Amino acid sequence: MSEPSPPSFPKHLLDFKDWNRAQLESLLETAQMMQEVLARPVKKVPALSGFTVATVFFEPSTRTRISFELAARRMSADVVSFVSSASSTVKGETHRDTLRTLDQMGIDAYILRTDAAGVPHQAHRWLRKPVINAGDGWRAHPTQALLDAFTLRERLGSLEGKKIAIVGDILHSRVARSNAELLPMLGACVVACGPSTLLPGHLPGVRLTTNLREALEEADAVMALRLQKERMDRGLLPSLPEYIAGYQITEARLAWAKPEAPLLHPGPMNRDVEIEGTLADSPRSLVERQVANGQAVRMAVLYHVLVGKR
Amino acid sequence: MTFKSRILNADEVRRALTRIAHEVIERNKGTQRLCFVGIHTRGISLAKRLVELVERFEGQRVPMGILDITLYRDDLTEIGLQPRVRETRIPFDLNGKAVVLVDDVLYTGRTARAALDALIDQGRPNRIYLAVLVDRGHRELPIRADFVGKNLPTSRSEVVKVKTVEDDGEDAVELWEMEEK
Repeated sequence: MSEPSPPSFPKHLLDFKDWNRAQLESLLETAQMMQEVLARPVKKVPALSGFTVATVFFEPSTRTRISFELAARRMSADVVSFVSSASSTVKGETHRDTLRTLDQMGIDAYILRTDAAGVPHQAHRWLRKPVINAGDGWRAHPTQALLDAFTLRERLGSLEGKKIAIVGDILHSRVARSNAELLPMLGACVVACGPSTLLPGHLPGVRLTTNLREALEEADAVMALRLQKERMDRGLLPSLPEYIAGYQITEARLAWAKPEAPLLHPGPMNRDVEIEGTLADSPRSLVERQVANGQAVRMAVLYHVLVGKR
Repeated sequence: MTFKSRILNADEVRRALTRIAHEVIERNKGTQRLCFVGIHTRGISLAKRLVELVERFEGQRVPMGILDITLYRDDLTEIGLQPRVRETRIPFDLNGKAVVLVDDVLYTGRTARAALDALIDQGRPNRIYLAVLVDRGHRELPIRADFVGKNLPTSRSEVVKVKTVEDDGEDAVELWEMEEK
């Protein structure tokens, strides 16, 4: 009765534009509570019983899809899964028609992954149902950023004033963009670093640099991004050895950061490309923790986006 | 909301809890396999008191857990504001235990129903009892309390407020009237 009432939440998670800090902090607290559910022998609660959730992946991603589907099932939602390579988009059906077709089958919420930026936003308008963005083009991957923030807070406590360095192919990374949006909302200072051909012109709220030492110095945590090898075919990188020489996160370079600064990576990892192979298995690495936390964070997202008046 | 009357003062709350503690020990024939699980928020404070009283009377400290029933509510598709999911922590094995679920007020019975599901998901107790400080009637489910501090006939427009030192700075039970809409 005398407790502060929790904030209300947007009925979608496309990016963080419609979210504020109080809502995000509250969501991360809920994720903490979901960890307790995941630690039980029977990892299931009835909260979303009666809801049907569709994972619609127009771009393949097994681990994100599995993480979302497990999260939904652990909340007792029914889950159907649509993977485009195995269905009618190869026969020429548009995204809109596919979603409309699914909508006729009584889906309550959509978890959407697309190679084109903006499709989740359009889907939200087409369907008037909760849409959770599981990655759209280079634009946003909000649940990855949330699980990164959750993992960082687990290790560092509050992110207020903490310096987080993101290193790698910033230009083509939706993970970098979502983190660049989210982490400053939680009080962190974000520095994004990579070769100039892989940096965007600017990223709101984030300092950009090509100087790795400057990015890592005094950093409270370091996040390495996956280097997609096809970037080299497009002439954005002269060679792999050159990238490694300039930007690979090695034990020696991590020493530039604060003594206990952890290392994150959204996966899948190219060992010995963006990250020194042995470092990935060291106690500094939170890579496995990120995957484990992903499920709890996605359960919290489903809770906040779905629960309440339909 | 407007204040109507004070139903129990601090001494009366203490006496009611003391009696409940004695009744629990009597019914359970001692502290064997006994444990308490408090339901957020005030059920936790009340469960802590009962654990202390049982220890004082029997010289045995029995285990205690805390339970949040949010994810087990039956109205999650209907409510406007989302309830905050709070901590559940049962740091002992429930299998074979005699569990006393503790809540401040028994009303519709829906919280108790959710708490039973939440508890059974975590193990298989031998026996589950329900202890409440106030039973105010108006049950919507076939649920009753095993231990009651005070039976209080109320109307639905009234609100029963249980206050505890831990949560509100004082121990009391008060009756309030909801404002007319």
